[in-house]
Amino acid sequence: MKNLAACGTNASRDQSHRSGDLVAVCPRALHQPYTSTMTSIGTGYDLSNSVFSPDGRNFQVEYAMKAVENGGTSIGIKAKDGIVLAVEKIVNSKLLVPGRNKRIQTIDRHIGVAYSGLLPDGRHFVNRGRDEAQSYSSIYKTPVGVPALMDRLGLYVQNYTCYNSVRPFGIVSIVGGVDENGPHLYMVEPSGAFWGYSGAASGKGRQTAKPELEKLDFELLTVREAVKHAARIIHQAHEDNKDKDYELEISWCSLEETGGQHQFVPEDLLQEAIKLAQEEDDEEDEEEDEEDTEMAS
Amino acid sequence: MNHDPLEWGRPSNDAYGAYNHQIANAGHQNSVPADFPAMHTQQPIITGTSVLALKFQNGIAIAADNMGSYGSLLRFNNIERLVRVGSETIVGISGDISDLQHIERLLHQLETEQEVYDNDGGHNLRAPHVHEYMSRVMYNRRLKMDPLWNAIIVAGFNDDRTPFLRYVDLLGVTYGSLALSTGFGAHLAVPLLRKLVPHDEDFDKVSESEATDAITNCMRVLYYRDARASDKYTLAVFTFADGKVDLKFQQNLKVENQNWRFAKNVIGYGSKQL
Repeated sequence: MKNLAACGTNASRDQSHRSGDLVAVCPRALHQPYTSTMTSIGTGYDLSNSVFSPDGRNFQVEYAMKAVENGGTSIGIKAKDGIVLAVEKIVNSKLLVPGRNKRIQTIDRHIGVAYSGLLPDGRHFVNRGRDEAQSYSSIYKTPVGVPALMDRLGLYVQNYTCYNSVRPFGIVSIVGGVDENGPHLYMVEPSGAFWGYSGAASGKGRQTAKPELEKLDFELLTVREAVKHAARIIHQAHEDNKDKDYELEISWCSLEETGGQHQFVPEDLLQEAIKLAQEEDDEEDEEEDEEDTEMAS
Repeated sequence: MNHDPLEWGRPSNDAYGAYNHQIANAGHQNSVPADFPAMHTQQPIITGTSVLALKFQNGIAIAADNMGSYGSLLRFNNIERLVRVGSETIVGISGDISDLQHIERLLHQLETEQEVYDNDGGHNLRAPHVHEYMSRVMYNRRLKMDPLWNAIIVAGFNDDRTPFLRYVDLLGVTYGSLALSTGFGAHLAVPLLRKLVPHDEDFDKVSESEATDAITNCMRVLYYRDARASDKYTLAVFTFADGKVDLKFQQNLKVENQNWRFAKNVIGYGSKQL
């Protein structure tokens, strides 16, 4: 595609030079066979969205996934009585006001979203989610169920892999909520693929977070406990990025704790969870120190 | 409220010429020219009667019974007509119940958009904003000749947490006062509430208990005299103290201490002795 674009500009230039010619010919095409630039080198399938590679992949979607993998970590936990969402917000400047610039958003009263990747894409995704939720409840006079909303949002994201005039979403979103069938947690990828999860992680720290999530017993876990686990897991996932400060943001949705509404966790619970996460971290450091001293002796 | 649109106020015939009845009949007769506005809603069907409310010192009380009448048939006795919007506003609605349910949805959506989505700046949806929104909706629908057939009282707090109380109806007419009522209550309850507090600025001389007693008394008087009222009602009392708003939302209250003993002494309609 790059070559073709270059040909386009050359062609127009050529045309102005050789004013007699009716047909503008790309000069490079005369010397280099078209096939040699496309197939023998094997590239060209990743330059445009919605183009299938010979083995059936859409490279642009995979590149979007790459963009996400550098974003701040987001996790979601489905407990027995609700869901918890948490994000790691890297503090890039002291000038940012603590507690502001919220990252977790509400789609409908009972549904929340956390995402990693390109933040404006996330906001666009949430706006669409709100429109879908409103349209559902204006037709059916009942709040949208989480699976029904996910069908619509998954389809919407997938549509951005179908045309070369658009690019895929640069986010992986974790959507959670409580409806009449209980708690639900989903994760949507740039391809539009989405699955239900008991624990989901995306962004930079997902490789650290996933094994930690796998250790949890989702059948017995309450949201109150899940908030503390979420704080701990985000804290651990931040290890690799320790030189930068971060701020923790946690929201939950539970019949018992929030009356089925998606809300940020109360300040005292958040502080307690942060304290626990830091204490655990300190203990681990001490253990490591002990091991080091033992080794030395 | 007189439900016949032809009885609503209109310019005098002397000054403006005879009233053009085609306007009121627009949309009903084939003879009406196409460029006439269409008139949709004709009459309320299931209706709720009075809503009454009173300001007091650092607070506000509002009440409405739970009846939904189908004409003179007391059809539904479990209609909640006090709608909560956010944490410190109550909207009391009388008139058509299907329109009430529509307004409930509008307010629910307003609350979702203004309070729930990304509320990161400490701005809150309070009673004056809800009232302004409702008055815009009501007037707009009246201009379309398709009114929401209700009279509404919005009760809550201003941004400085002084009590707020204001009315709006199907015409888009609005006004505020320390004591407000819709429907029958405007005739029966407001005079009683006014006796307690004659002047608007004196609402802060009224205590919470005086205010709730006055409202309770008015609910009793309305049950005596309003054939569309029920004895089951909801009373909501907001108070603001120590920087916090408190709401007591009391449902399933009953009209009590009725006096019917005198009735046995009333015999016949004039000359009858026994």
